[in-house]
Amino acid sequence: MLLSNTEHIPGKRITAFYGVVSGSTVRAKHAGRDIMAGIKNIFGGELKGYTELLQESRDEAIDRMKSQAQQLGANAVVNVRFSTSSVAAGAAEIYVYGTAVSVE
Amino acid sequence: MEQLIIFAILISLGYFFGRRAEKNHYKSILEREKQWLRLPTSSSKHVMGDIRKIDHCELANGNMVVSIDYFKRVLAGLRNFFGGNVQSYETLIDRARREAVLRMKESCPDADQIINLRLETSSITKGNRKQIGSVEVLAYGTAIYFCK
Repeated sequence: MLLSNTEHIPGKRITAFYGVVSGSTVRAKHAGRDIMAGIKNIFGGELKGYTELLQESRDEAIDRMKSQAQQLGANAVVNVRFSTSSVAAGAAEIYVYGTAVSVE
Repeated sequence: MEQLIIFAILISLGYFFGRRAEKNHYKSILEREKQWLRLPTSSSKHVMGDIRKIDHCELANGNMVVSIDYFKRVLAGLRNFFGGNVQSYETLIDRARREAVLRMKESCPDADQIINLRLETSSITKGNRKQIGSVEVLAYGTAIYFCK
């Protein structure tokens, strides 16, 4: 499965369109990490726990989008976009969407 | 009185640790940015320069969540009152952005160039009562591999 955030797959020709596919995950951090983040808020610096958490959920959202595209019979997704929103305190939603296409 | 002492301790902890962390981080960012100059990155949609045959492409991304320290938060609060540039937040977000771009490059070390770079910033703890002041920066783009 080829992914790209440009309008076409560079160097390949698009042969068929399958419409928009998307994947999303909502993840919460466990309380321990929230407490650690609270402490980090005094000292400043990177919140490693949150960075990993968001990366993991982003990977999962991409996997979901890929499987949706596969079901449609596509072999590539172009124009991939990410969006993040915090739906509730301590939980974040990761949404990824793109256009499923077939390339030669 | 006790509250004042706690406040003073928090401020000085934030000042010393925050400043040290920022200095070290900027040092490592500058070093790694030099090292990664060989991987050209652009925000345009087309492959730059040469017209070699493209082997394949893949989506590359990198992210970072960074938190502000207590001293800077107080400083920003004061700035809010008087108005003007909130420099403490400017450096914070600058650091996070550059780190995210570097991580994106590190995730595809064999690529020849990265096109269509997009940066997205979001506050993941919005609406949290405890007000953890942190931002997430995500950098993503398409990594291009030319035929060898």
